[in-house]
Amino acid sequence: MSGLIARKAGMTQIFAEDGTVVPVTVLNIEVCKVISKRTAERDGYDAVQVGFGKAKRSVTRAMQGHYSKQGQEPMLGLREFRMGGDASFELGQALDSSMFAVGQKIDVSATSKGRGFAGVMKRYDFGGGRATHGAEKTHRQMGSTGQCQWPGRVFPGKKMPGHYGAERKTVQNLEIVRIDSEQNRILVRGAVPGAKNGIVEVRPAVKGA
Amino acid sequence: MRALDDVTSDQIRGDIPSFREGDTVRVNVRVVDFKETKKGVERRERLQAYEGVVIARHNKGISSSFTVRKISNGVGVERVFPLHSPMLESIAVTRNGRVRRAKLYYLRDLRGKAARIRERRV
Repeated sequence: MSGLIARKAGMTQIFAEDGTVVPVTVLNIEVCKVISKRTAERDGYDAVQVGFGKAKRSVTRAMQGHYSKQGQEPMLGLREFRMGGDASFELGQALDSSMFAVGQKIDVSATSKGRGFAGVMKRYDFGGGRATHGAEKTHRQMGSTGQCQWPGRVFPGKKMPGHYGAERKTVQNLEIVRIDSEQNRILVRGAVPGAKNGIVEVRPAVKGA
Repeated sequence: MRALDDVTSDQIRGDIPSFREGDTVRVNVRVVDFKETKKGVERRERLQAYEGVVIARHNKGISSSFTVRKISNGVGVERVFPLHSPMLESIAVTRNGRVRRAKLYYLRDLRGKAARIRERRV
């Protein structure tokens, strides 16, 4: 099974039949089309390449060539989804929310919100220092970075402040709560990485039933 | 929030009377019990009334809620209900109160006579 590309519309909540509140993320599925295929013989792996969205006004010559070689119109972007070699997809085949079912588990990948140069409290959930009781200028600092003369160095991988966010994140085993095929929209239980209006990849879950 | 209203519009309840902070309301809540019988666990639904003063309303589409405070056996009890929850069988306004605040949290510090609310003419 392939995947889909969607845009995150935001979060809201819906009531389940027994009255419990279900937090959901609304994903608007983009127009998705199979643009090309990767095969084990030629490329070393099996995948489908899916184009999504409406193309920008200018498409580079290289991309124009890629699309026209497959006999397709240019689209906004491309994503690949790995799959078994026996999966059958036609070039140009349109993909939409009907490939999923309510209750199905999915994995969602997206670029998380960028947080810039972040300290250790935000980046690694460090505890920080005390707010009062004589603490001076060390409320959000990381504390010790290691020992003393031996080993005489900071170990590689030590968690320190630095760039945080704006990286590819995957959330596994999210449940599809509702599918609105008319609007080509799915409601997923729980949170999805990225900002509103961000591009999101939706795939069937690799783990779990 | 506004942009996603169409997603939840089918769950927004149209049968909710207009009421505001200071009003006394009677909320009929669906309560589900599970009783063990010989045939297994039986699901039973009954109605439970909860009556008290609305001390806060939170208006936010499907996430709207309201807080009802009452004195039960001398103990103050507050319950927050999701306004559009299907578990609310009905809401009835029993008294309109005249108040000058949107959030009546000051009632928590008042007892008896001092915690009265003037009646509002409708």
